[in-house]
Amino acid sequence: MKLSQVKEILNAEVVVGEEYLDREVKSAFGSDLMSDVLAFVKDDALLLTGLVNAQVVRTAEMMDMKAIVFVRGKKPTEEIYDLAKEYSMVIMTTDYTLYPSCGKLYMAGLVPNEERVD
Amino acid sequence: MANSSVKLHYEVADNDFTVAGEASGAVKKVLRQLGFPSDVIRRVAVSMYECEINMVIHANGGHIDVEITPDKIRMVHTDKGPGIKDIGQAMQKGFSTANEEVRQLGFGAGMGLPNMQRYTDEMKITTEIGKGTVVDMTVYVNKF
Repeated sequence: MKLSQVKEILNAEVVVGEEYLDREVKSAFGSDLMSDVLAFVKDDALLLTGLVNAQVVRTAEMMDMKAIVFVRGKKPTEEIYDLAKEYSMVIMTTDYTLYPSCGKLYMAGLVPNEERVD
Repeated sequence: MANSSVKLHYEVADNDFTVAGEASGAVKKVLRQLGFPSDVIRRVAVSMYECEINMVIHANGGHIDVEITPDKIRMVHTDKGPGIKDIGQAMQKGFSTANEEVRQLGFGAGMGLPNMQRYTDEMKITTEIGKGTVVDMTVYVNKF
């Protein structure tokens, strides 16, 4: 799914990386726990989270995730903005909470690579 | 880089969450420039990042030495923290002594050490109460 579609489906505002909305994501992961992101994320995934701090961006970068959607109307800090720019990452915010955000994307065809942990 | 090695050294600041991840991010960049496979880079980056976070959370910072050779990447994390009382317990998924502040940052869920073990081929922890801990991890490039 293209990030431009993610933006549309979630009625999201793009905070950083408007120029990269043509990028494709193959799956998504929703979590406020960064250790779980580090443990379970696979290739080219989109991160959905309600946690707002610089470690979210660093965690996404470690996992080669190219885009983050902050849910529940959370606004990224300046630090997040700068780091995301440095990593050429897309940051969006949506007013939907985590569950409906994931649900809308799932229904539109963005399904995870693996639905269960090993 | 046949038969050669790259050695890197990083200091990890005490209790400064905002910079935790800088060392692992830098190593990731170097590995990418050297042309290592992406799965190897990710395994190194994640295990080192988890360890860096641990050093900030639990151990008053410390230093990391990384040695990159064509067939393996070794990361040695040395801290002067309180030491680990019971390594077996610390290795259990979900066991954590992290405080509320750390949990609010999205860590401290007791997944750090299990993640490091999961992503590395070798991991050795040497610890002494009151003195500190050394976490020595190696990722092999072609492990069959």
